[in-house]
Amino acid sequence: MARILGGITTSHIPAVGNAIQKGLHDDPYWKPFFDGYPKVHQWIQDNSPDYVINIYNDHGLGFFLDRMPTFAIGAAHEYRNEDEGWGLPALDPFPGAPELSWHIIESLVADEFDITSCQELAVDHGFVVPMQLFWPGAPHHPHMPKAVPISANTVQHPIPTLNRALNFGKALRKALLSFPEDAKIVVLGTGGLSHQLDGQRAGFINKDFDQYCLENIVHNPEELTKITRQELVKQAGAQGTEFLMWMMMRGALGDEVTEITRNYHIPISNTAAGTLLLECA
Amino acid sequence: MHDMPGYDYHIDIPGTVLFDGTQAMKGYALNKMCYDFNKAVNRDGFKADEEGWMAKYGLTEPQKDAVRQRDILAMIDAGGNIYYLAKLAGIFKLSVQDVGGLQTGRTTEEFKEYLASQA
Repeated sequence: MARILGGITTSHIPAVGNAIQKGLHDDPYWKPFFDGYPKVHQWIQDNSPDYVINIYNDHGLGFFLDRMPTFAIGAAHEYRNEDEGWGLPALDPFPGAPELSWHIIESLVADEFDITSCQELAVDHGFVVPMQLFWPGAPHHPHMPKAVPISANTVQHPIPTLNRALNFGKALRKALLSFPEDAKIVVLGTGGLSHQLDGQRAGFINKDFDQYCLENIVHNPEELTKITRQELVKQAGAQGTEFLMWMMMRGALGDEVTEITRNYHIPISNTAAGTLLLECA
Repeated sequence: MHDMPGYDYHIDIPGTVLFDGTQAMKGYALNKMCYDFNKAVNRDGFKADEEGWMAKYGLTEPQKDAVRQRDILAMIDAGGNIYYLAKLAGIFKLSVQDVGGLQTGRTTEEFKEYLASQA
């Protein structure tokens, strides 16, 4: 049976993709951000996951408002990263794991999570930037795990509740642990932390709230389910609702986790950037 | 708030337009045009003939005016969603910080300073 090694969260700001391409790791603006990743690289190298579940939110590439799934699961042999409207060069496709995808889909729907399955899915910076951060050179990193993307809607309200996100993660855990292969799996939760791009409140960042979330998500994620969605928008900013991905990841890790590393830095682009690595017991 | 206030679940957070069903209905044409800017051919089509391109997608008058004026807040008011509008901003060569400055009455530099001040 498969085993879940741990979970890693990171912000997935598009500007990070540019900074990686330009090699700005030691630039004074970027260094405090990129300094959060060597420990993650070491952990990945030591644990060499076979599969990565990449929980992210699409920003208007894979899905449009004509049909907007609340939870969508990729079930493709590979995932293409396409032009998001800025003409940036697309990377080569990321290898998928359709057998694992369908196992997850079967298990989640049996658990009454009515997901949308996607045999084609273009993946945007929400999926790609974390892959580049954790597996430098992705998708051509020598130990690139096969990927299953899971996207949750944070584009259009109503978005899922924090409780639903955590429970989704718990159901995902059940699915992964019952995958009949001796495989090692890592779960990503990407996006956040606090930021707002739109309106007169654009530029809003909330360090206190982010720290509260970071503190509680490690050992007390249930506490965070008390936050309403309206409260989340107010406290984390309109796009800080991406914290839902962190909750989904956390649910997949089980009760006992060990924090390996954490980084928090303001600002990267418009965002409070957060990184967290939790190892499963 | 009642549990079931009809289809309008709007809540009031100052300086924030929640992109909900009401906004999604209002903004569909504008957002669809912007979503299609994912493809370079559509960006080129818009650049060649802004008015014709907006008509093709059936933008409302307030949406057209907002685009003509490069007025981000008016685009949002007309139902635009920032993730799709970001693709239009890319055509206008505006960075995320430029867009932030435009919406908050700051220069781009002032907006960057505001972001850093929250560290």
